[in-house]
Amino acid sequence: MSTTILEERKDQIHRTGEGAIDIACNRESLAGAVSQRACVFCGSRVVLYPIADALHLVHGPIGCAVYTWDIRGSLSSGPEIHRLSFSTDLQETDVIFGGEKKLEAALDELIDRHDPEAAFVYSTCIVGLIGDDLEAVCRKMSEKKGIPVLPVMSEGFKGSKRAGYEAACNAMFRLIGTGSTEDISPVSVNIFGDFNLAGEIWIIREYFEKMGVQVVANVTGDGRVNDIARCHGAGLNLVQCSGATLHLAQLMEDKFGIPFERVSYLGIEDMADSLYKVADFFKDKDPGIVERTQKLVKEELEKLIPELARYRRDLEGKKVAMYVGGSFKAFSLVKAFRHLGMQVVLVGSQTGTKEDYAELAQITDPGTVIIDDANPLELSHFIKELDVDVFVGGVKERPIAFKLGVGFCDHNHERKEALEGFKGMLNFAREIHSSAMSPVWQFAPRRASRIAAAKKEAVNE
Amino acid sequence: MSNKTKTTARPNYVSTTNACKLCTPLGASLAFRGVEGAIPFLHGSQGCATYMRRYIISHFREPVDIASSALGEKNAIYGGGPNLKKGILNVMKKYEPALVGVATTCLTETIGDDVPMNIKEFRAEFGEDLDLPELVQVSTPSYNGTHTDGWHGAVRSLVEQLCTTKADAAHRVNILPNMISCEDVRHLKDICRDFGIDATILPDISETLDGPSLEDYVKIPSGGTPIEGIKTMSGSKGTIEFGRCLPKETGGSSLEAAFGVKNHRIGLPMGLRESDRLFEALEDISGTPMPRRYELERGRLVDAYVDGHKYIFGKRAVVYGEEDLVVGLCAFLAEIGVDVVLAGTGARNKGLDEAIAAVTNGVARIAPEVREGVDFHDIAAEAETLAPDILIGHSKGYRYAKAWGVPLVRVGFPIHDRFGGQRTRHIGYGGTLNLFDRVVNAFIEKKQADSSIGYGYI
Ligand code: SF4
Ligand code: SF4
Repeated sequence: MSTTILEERKDQIHRTGEGAIDIACNRESLAGAVSQRACVFCGSRVVLYPIADALHLVHGPIGCAVYTWDIRGSLSSGPEIHRLSFSTDLQETDVIFGGEKKLEAALDELIDRHDPEAAFVYSTCIVGLIGDDLEAVCRKMSEKKGIPVLPVMSEGFKGSKRAGYEAACNAMFRLIGTGSTEDISPVSVNIFGDFNLAGEIWIIREYFEKMGVQVVANVTGDGRVNDIARCHGAGLNLVQCSGATLHLAQLMEDKFGIPFERVSYLGIEDMADSLYKVADFFKDKDPGIVERTQKLVKEELEKLIPELARYRRDLEGKKVAMYVGGSFKAFSLVKAFRHLGMQVVLVGSQTGTKEDYAELAQITDPGTVIIDDANPLELSHFIKELDVDVFVGGVKERPIAFKLGVGFCDHNHERKEALEGFKGMLNFAREIHSSAMSPVWQFAPRRASRIAAAKKEAVNE
Repeated sequence: MSNKTKTTARPNYVSTTNACKLCTPLGASLAFRGVEGAIPFLHGSQGCATYMRRYIISHFREPVDIASSALGEKNAIYGGGPNLKKGILNVMKKYEPALVGVATTCLTETIGDDVPMNIKEFRAEFGEDLDLPELVQVSTPSYNGTHTDGWHGAVRSLVEQLCTTKADAAHRVNILPNMISCEDVRHLKDICRDFGIDATILPDISETLDGPSLEDYVKIPSGGTPIEGIKTMSGSKGTIEFGRCLPKETGGSSLEAAFGVKNHRIGLPMGLRESDRLFEALEDISGTPMPRRYELERGRLVDAYVDGHKYIFGKRAVVYGEEDLVVGLCAFLAEIGVDVVLAGTGARNKGLDEAIAAVTNGVARIAPEVREGVDFHDIAAEAETLAPDILIGHSKGYRYAKAWGVPLVRVGFPIHDRFGGQRTRHIGYGGTLNLFDRVVNAFIEKKQADSSIGYGYI
């Protein structure tokens, strides 16, 4: 009775060109399907974690905190409290009698020890069950310690990662509006939805500085509590990618009237478009900005294009599959791969929406498989069927690709190479190249037998 | 020479910073992965399973499929039984497992799901129409232990729920090896083969968590302890279980109680003397003297101890990790003249101090500080005054080793920042020799790196 694709999951898979796209998505993962998805807590943790001068306390049993200890390379240019893993490490008695006392004591101890600018307290599944009043404890500790202590309502079972993004945004929104907006230029932005993996936000900030745009707050990569507290003074919010922070931008638009733009820093067009969008937005306030932006893009491209061409020569025609967290990133990647002459044959995401998938169907070639909330068996099935050369995904996807003798590029929270910006595009090309062109694949059984067969045929001819 | 170790309870325990332990179902999942045709199944919300997979994958660099009942809010309120059943059915459809190992999580423990009853119902509902896999369950609330408890609990559940009748007597040994590496298991198998005795090693992760490159994605990797082997453990000549900090009741003790299979409880065979015990037990059970190959290995180990002793004598080590691994390391380090100044584990109430005293008595020059329930913050606080020369433990101690400018010798699980954690050998004379070389070389490397001249000959 074995099947690779469960009946109940068939409507979560679509092939571009085969009828209208109507993917079922945003549903709960199927029991027993070995989903690659995480939980609400994961979503919150991912978004807030990079705020480097805050204390991040996971209220729950030990696992939830341990598995998220320093898992992503969100770099900080200053304090590094975020890289420590704090947990109330609930024990049986706490579960029976409630964990509020322990939470209070933990905050007391940890705030004194680390002197953070704020503390985020994450609730996990169990806290939701035992009914600890996080709100009350946080309020009390805020008063006692004189810093914001913010509850993050992120009980894992309450939905998917997406719900966690929202919980994170709600927590941050409490900070916004509490700081002084003096000395903020009218030509200024907040960078939302970048986590400064491998220092990426530093690349992007440099572009804005060259354009004459002030960056008020990084939300959240290399983030600081005080910047976030005053970020309502900025002229524009830039929301990147899958919209982990989209909710926050919406809240800010409603309350402070700050408009937002969706941007992406991945790939050539999207990076350039994003910069032009900003220039366009501020051109009335700063007439020189468009020209400066053009100059910047031109200079960067002059450096980049010839180098890319060298990689393209090797990569032309190779096939790529990608499975990413948010689908917005996938749009940029599809375009980026075109620059390398590569063909995208599968795009999947953990948390895409109907609109996202519809757009993917628009921009991908006929026959491309589009998939929501996939699992290892489905992914391996398509890797083989589509004869993929390179797979783009996260840690959990890596061994699947490698087992099958397929190149892999980490385009997840764990990447250690900066892949954003023009500079990042070059790193990206280099990484894809170094994986796709490695001689090791010829020894992997899946290819080795094919190469042997081809050789035999050549001899026979 | 004092032989009483000093233990201090951790004062004012309120929170952990950089924990030195993992959660219970993770250990159970790893153990279930070591059974042929098995798939681990976590009864809880999706996040736990995904996180654990990610964590395990980073060490083993293998695909690790762990199913989940993916409970949502409604299930958390009304009970997860229906999702558990549906999940098992889906896993059956997709993976065709021979065994589903169901471990609870904090969530399902707290809402009080009765998993044994759910499984009973499941069998009644579907047993007639479908060819059901073996279903083994273990209770693993994380607020009540660490990953090692999950591991031992799963092993015991496998034994108790699968081995229910007395099998015919056979020239066979059961080995319950504790959390050792894939390479360690392979080494154990070689040893048993050389003794001419069949071994049922439970679990056997040597292939399932360290497999070859493949033509096809296999749903469940080959290898693992055969289920039939587990069912006939009751007919073996004896059981050897590794660990001086094991719970009172284990797979080994229950085989002894139910079927009279003699249980030999020994420490993790690390260092000369603890390895001797393994070989003695094997001689005892198999009736065969130690093969010459191991006599030679033993001799080489002693020879290496002598060759290298000067580079390491009196060095101060901080050792941390799984309780039994820590004991094994202390046994080994005592023999080579390295002073363990702090031995810590994240677990509690394991009798770590007595276990360490037992393996270091009369050999170690000093009694170490022994700490249960520690996290890295505690270790760091202690280490300031203890001034260690080396850290020995899993890779999560890296940031501390770096801060103190001392080498870290990576052993155990997890090793996330180096290659080959699954291929590291720790046990037996061979494994000890391996460790010895690494420890000595760590000191030599540091000396070389710190030296302005650099030595070409050591
Ligand atoms: S809830 Fe419990 S089982 Fe799940 S990750 Fe957290 S500690 Fe582990
Ligand atoms: S317990 Fe809940 S919050 Fe923690 S990892 Fe599991 S699903 Fe996520």
